Amino acid sequence: MRILLIALAFVAGCGDVWNDPYPASERGSNTFYTAFIERPKHLDPVQSYTEDESTFTQQVYEPPLQYHYLKRPYELVPLTALEVPKPRELEGGRVAYEIHIRPGIRYQPHPALVASNLELPAGKIASLDTPYALPLGTRELTADDYVYEVKRLAHPRLHSPIFGLMAQYIVGLDEYAATLRKADREGEWLDLRRYPLEGVQRVDSHTFRIVLKTRYPQFVYWLAMPFFAPMPWEADRFFAQHGMAEKNLTLDWWPVGTGPYMLTQNNPNARMVLERNPNFRGEPYPREGAPGDREAGLLADAGKTMPFIDRVVFSREKEAIPYWNKFLQGYYDTSGIGSDQFDQAVRVAVEGDATVTPEMAEKGIALSTSVSASTLYIAFNWLDPVVGGQMGGEAAERARKLRQAISIAFDVEEQISIFANGRGLAAQGPLAPGIFGYREGRAGINPVVYAWQNGAPKRRPLEEARRLLAQAGYADGRDAKTGEPLVLYLDTVARGPGDKALFDWYRQQLAKLSIQLEIRTTDWNRFQEKIRKGATQIFRLGWNADYPDPENFLFLLYGPQSRVKSQGENAANYENAEYDALFREVKDMPNSRERQRLIDRMVEIVRRDAPWIWGIHPKDYTLSHVWVSNEKPNTMARNNMKYLRIDAARREVLRREWNEPVVWPLLGIIGLLVLSAVPAFLSYRRRERMAARPASS
Amino acid sequence: MPVFLVTDVLLWLLVAAAGIYFLYCRRHAHLAAPWRRVLQSRAALASLVVLGAFAAAGLLDSLHFRPQLAGSRLYSSEVLSVLDVALSHLRTNREKTYSAPFATRLYAKEQIETPEGKSIRDYPRLAYGGRDLESESDRPADIALRAAAGLVAALVLSFLLFRVVGGAARRSPDIPWSAAGWTLSLVLAIALPLYVLSFEYHVLGTDKVGQDVLYQALKSVRTALVIGTLATVTMLPFGIAFGIIAGYFRGWVDDVIQYVYTTLNSIPGVLLIAAAVLMMQVYIDGHAESFPTVAQRADFRLLMLCLILGVTSWTGLTRLLRGEALKLSTLDFVQAAHAFAVSDARILARHILPNVAHIVIISLVMDFSGLVLAEAVLSYVGVGVDPATTSFGTMINAARLEMGRDPVVWWSLAAALAFMVLLVLAANLFADAVRDGFDPRVRIGAAPA
Amino acid sequence: MLAYIIRRVLYAIPILIGVNLITFTLFFVVNTPDDMARMQLGTKRVTQEAIDRWKADHGYDKPLLWNARAPGLGKATQTVFFQKSVRLFVLDFGAAEDGRDIAREIRMRMGPSLALAVPVFIFGLAVNVAFAMLLAFFRGSYLDFWGVTLCVAMMSISGLFYIIGGQFVASKLWHLVPISGYAGGLSAAKFVILPVAIGVIASFGPGARLYRTLFLEELSRDYVRTARAKGLRESAVMFRHVLKNAMIPILTGVVVVIPTLFLGSLISESFFGIPGLGSYTIDAIQAQDFAVVRAMVFLGSVLYIGGLLLTDLSYTLVDPRIRFE
Repeated sequence: MRILLIALAFVAGCGDVWNDPYPASERGSNTFYTAFIERPKHLDPVQSYTEDESTFTQQVYEPPLQYHYLKRPYELVPLTALEVPKPRELEGGRVAYEIHIRPGIRYQPHPALVASNLELPAGKIASLDTPYALPLGTRELTADDYVYEVKRLAHPRLHSPIFGLMAQYIVGLDEYAATLRKADREGEWLDLRRYPLEGVQRVDSHTFRIVLKTRYPQFVYWLAMPFFAPMPWEADRFFAQHGMAEKNLTLDWWPVGTGPYMLTQNNPNARMVLERNPNFRGEPYPREGAPGDREAGLLADAGKTMPFIDRVVFSREKEAIPYWNKFLQGYYDTSGIGSDQFDQAVRVAVEGDATVTPEMAEKGIALSTSVSASTLYIAFNWLDPVVGGQMGGEAAERARKLRQAISIAFDVEEQISIFANGRGLAAQGPLAPGIFGYREGRAGINPVVYAWQNGAPKRRPLEEARRLLAQAGYADGRDAKTGEPLVLYLDTVARGPGDKALFDWYRQQLAKLSIQLEIRTTDWNRFQEKIRKGATQIFRLGWNADYPDPENFLFLLYGPQSRVKSQGENAANYENAEYDALFREVKDMPNSRERQRLIDRMVEIVRRDAPWIWGIHPKDYTLSHVWVSNEKPNTMARNNMKYLRIDAARREVLRREWNEPVVWPLLGIIGLLVLSAVPAFLSYRRRERMAARPASS
Repeated sequence: MPVFLVTDVLLWLLVAAAGIYFLYCRRHAHLAAPWRRVLQSRAALASLVVLGAFAAAGLLDSLHFRPQLAGSRLYSSEVLSVLDVALSHLRTNREKTYSAPFATRLYAKEQIETPEGKSIRDYPRLAYGGRDLESESDRPADIALRAAAGLVAALVLSFLLFRVVGGAARRSPDIPWSAAGWTLSLVLAIALPLYVLSFEYHVLGTDKVGQDVLYQALKSVRTALVIGTLATVTMLPFGIAFGIIAGYFRGWVDDVIQYVYTTLNSIPGVLLIAAAVLMMQVYIDGHAESFPTVAQRADFRLLMLCLILGVTSWTGLTRLLRGEALKLSTLDFVQAAHAFAVSDARILARHILPNVAHIVIISLVMDFSGLVLAEAVLSYVGVGVDPATTSFGTMINAARLEMGRDPVVWWSLAAALAFMVLLVLAANLFADAVRDGFDPRVRIGAAPA
Repeated sequence: MLAYIIRRVLYAIPILIGVNLITFTLFFVVNTPDDMARMQLGTKRVTQEAIDRWKADHGYDKPLLWNARAPGLGKATQTVFFQKSVRLFVLDFGAAEDGRDIAREIRMRMGPSLALAVPVFIFGLAVNVAFAMLLAFFRGSYLDFWGVTLCVAMMSISGLFYIIGGQFVASKLWHLVPISGYAGGLSAAKFVILPVAIGVIASFGPGARLYRTLFLEELSRDYVRTARAKGLRESAVMFRHVLKNAMIPILTGVVVVIPTLFLGSLISESFFGIPGLGSYTIDAIQAQDFAVVRAMVFLGSVLYIGGLLLTDLSYTLVDPRIRFE
């Protein structure tokens, strides 16, 4: 008890707020606080691919292009480039992109840019914990750095996830990888400058050219990802010194870039800190935005020099509850929210717009939403004899009716309302909203599942599903020939405690048609393997778009991308000759009326075939406190930190107000303990007076 | 069509074994004596009654069958238990989402269409909770009435009960029968009103998908019982055999067995279990055709979890038994048996085994509560029971997230807590009494010196 | 004595080989090297070629346990098992599958783990022994009865409830401590105070009850009667004689867990966001990072065996009658 008191006094001594998880010295500073859930695996730009990693990498690295922060649909704008490059056709079907870099851009202070640091004595490295303990230098960004980075995609020791894809397009990348593999020696730095890459050429100090084998209009989108961020060769050389890797001194741990922030503290188990890059050139805040942005105050800072915030502190928060509570207590400035917390935060108003609850509005918490460029779907394995479409003839027709019936019965709207608290949009086809080719309103509904009624899509009634089911030969959920009940199998990954409810709900949906659904849960690896082998019947999957182009969604149903046959991304193994032919046409087309027409046709085909139950386009919601401004969710670009602004003084006041410690219960508990000691003490006195007692009692 | 899940069979076999043991004990005074000592404790008797109530629920839940599809000779693939039938109103009265205990409306506001065609935002009325009420203001009276009806039934039953107890008390006055009577009355007085009320209300509320929490809590009892008992029982033969063989034969046999259990013991338990559970998952996935229904798959996983937990507790028992056998094998009566050239197997069976039986019984009952608690933790780590199985662990895990809601959804967690504490507390009290009754050391310590 | 220690250390080697073999088999049945590669390479656009390169880079391109194609002794050594486990014996843990150095990670995480585990251990022991002594002192009285009942009631509550409830009440309702997180140095205090309090409370029931029986056993010995007959006051008997003697079984009983304190607490660390070895292990299980799991299992086994050795040694220290031949 005494220990507790001492500790309490200690905590109390820290200030009037007891539960502040940050050091008192940081109070009132222009620091942005947020959290990360998964520790980033890779921060090296050629390897990093996941969203949680890009939260860090995109603040540090600057690829030539970026997405406009405010405009929707998404639009590419220059970042370090002078303009968005236009493809130029060469002879032999090749295509060249010439990128001009803005002059005068300088790197963040970094030890690699000081020549003497490239040959450090072993003892020096052994005593090093952070690269920033060494003398720091900088230099100007040149086109060579971009060329160097593209070469790194083929580096034999780095496993770039996009190497395979890029090797299909960039001239000579495949051969280049072979050359490097031969040249690579264990324990030696591989100087990529010594080996030229045919498809990527330096034109002058601020211009480089990338040559593709064929047309690939989506290529410019890749130029907005850190895969194409500049990498000074010195950094590669610096981290290749012996003894560096053992101390986690690698590019994977300490990124080097030209962006507004630099990563100065990296403890992925607890805390990562980004600090303002003093050499940053200063980019102006966008002057125009989407309709409504001005009213929302998102253009108040138009033209002002970014970034606005000095430091960004990311704390690791594995559990949802502490994350959410710390947000409510004001210790995180913004919060993405899970379904369980959502209910208390957001309500769907009569007009259908989501707003926060009155309690939160009182706290000044604001909500911003956007439909993300992703889709969660339930797929039928096309190779399956019951629900698939490969058998041909009448059987295929029956299976189609079966899939359509199930699609109708699967009440996606209810799923969104129960499991996502309305954070989503029922999908009408493979394309997510905001992507070219997506159609709004009446023209955009999936006629197989919905009918247009009173100005809104309405799910077709169950009777219709039952009719389709009967036509498919499973009246009342029983095989018309054998009388056996129809049992279907859904494979999925069991992730957590909430899943049981979802699985129960799935079963209910098919039970509406008297079909029995068996859920087979497994771990992620096993699940992937099953899909790879085609050993599934129905399964659920999701897709996050790499870039906002319809090709990135439509290819998920392209026959030659079949997972079973060619390890592609078409996990349902769907195949339709007309669709495939149209896809080949659409994929390289610029956006136009004609492209829209072809896409409409493709969507129509797959809606009728129903290889997926078109599921949900999840909505991204961000809650932010009153002291945060310029927050607008952007699912393509993650380099949002530079746009944000906070009012640290206001935050200080509100935090204090919200976190007053409640001490009386604690005092009550202590009092109770003291009181309960009284009878013990009395009894002790009594026993003391007794001389000897029998040993047994 | 009856379905025999492996754990069902094992559980009922266990009951049968317990019954045989009981009859055997009745005929052998020296075996019955420690049990009599156990039953002399009021706490033990009371907790035995509570455990009995749980066991009854669990055993009813272990008689599975597949119902016949309406108007056909075919059977549904859904597996139900007798308990499901008894509680079918709980199983089928499903709301849309959360509702508080005894509520008549959902817990969160929703868009509802009024009969006039307008759309307002309010708490929607439940589909089943309080559906027979004419006006929602009648609810307190209705609840009181139904509870009273349940109480009256409980009172009548208790009265009959005490007449029976009175008879028993006359026959064996050293056992505090009244404690059992009072506990049983209390159980009835709580259970019967709740049962009566459950037809009209969700007495413990509903969860995220609108399932009745009381139903889930009752279904969790079986999982807890299975894990608590089968985990030790399935591994018991190995534990006993290895323990006494090692202690009796010594030498290299002892070395090998010691090596095995030290090795197993030195692997951190959770890691061993995690690895084994993941491995078993692979087996299940690879043999999907052997497990046509979710129930069978979940059951197999439960059984394997028991076995794996058994391995971890097995090593402890083996070490205890080895020590005891080591001691026994030097005693006179064993030496004498040697002198008479009695075979080793016979010595083990007739002299060593009966003399270590009390250790086995003590460790059986002592392990029970620990295993029930362990299940919850394992489910948190993600290596517990199948997600399709209802268990206290899965309930707590799901409820954990609900604590973040505002207003807090507390009833799932509270229900899991209440049921679990009751079960484990009863098991602990009973285990204490068993240990006191069986452990010769405790007996000597407790006797007046 | 020294010879005994050396013998025990040598005895540990076959155990550690066994441990390695078991974990290795269990995890490789689950996870083929292909699976591990896929896990690390992510989910998008993974080709078989990338998988093969990853395996070659991480040394998983050899046969698992037996290399039939290698010459002579290489049949056993040119395998994933040998290559991966032999280095463990010199405590060289190598790199995790995501390329990070495990030994460094363990060093970094040991501090937070100990900051939580050591106070829980010490305060827990102190509180439990004190309470057990109180109960033993008042044995047979209503205090004893309710105290034991309290212990049994408290040990019937799952530790998860203590954590969930404690976090809810102390952090969310009363704003007394940060709800989760960690910082190095002295500021760790405000983060660990709640998990430590919860850890002590969770260990209270079983601990106090066990120690009470030890005290009672001690109280029934002859020397206690002699002391009483001598006219010593009850408190003097308790503190001067019984406490000292009862501490022998208590301490020798807890010595075994001291080394394993390094491993931290799996559950608390995850709930409270403390970046220790416990949460490292959980992360590794969930990410199926075999290198980390293997290292942690090995470390755990070494520490456990160390604990056993310490226990035996502590017996000789407290009881001079015990000698090792």
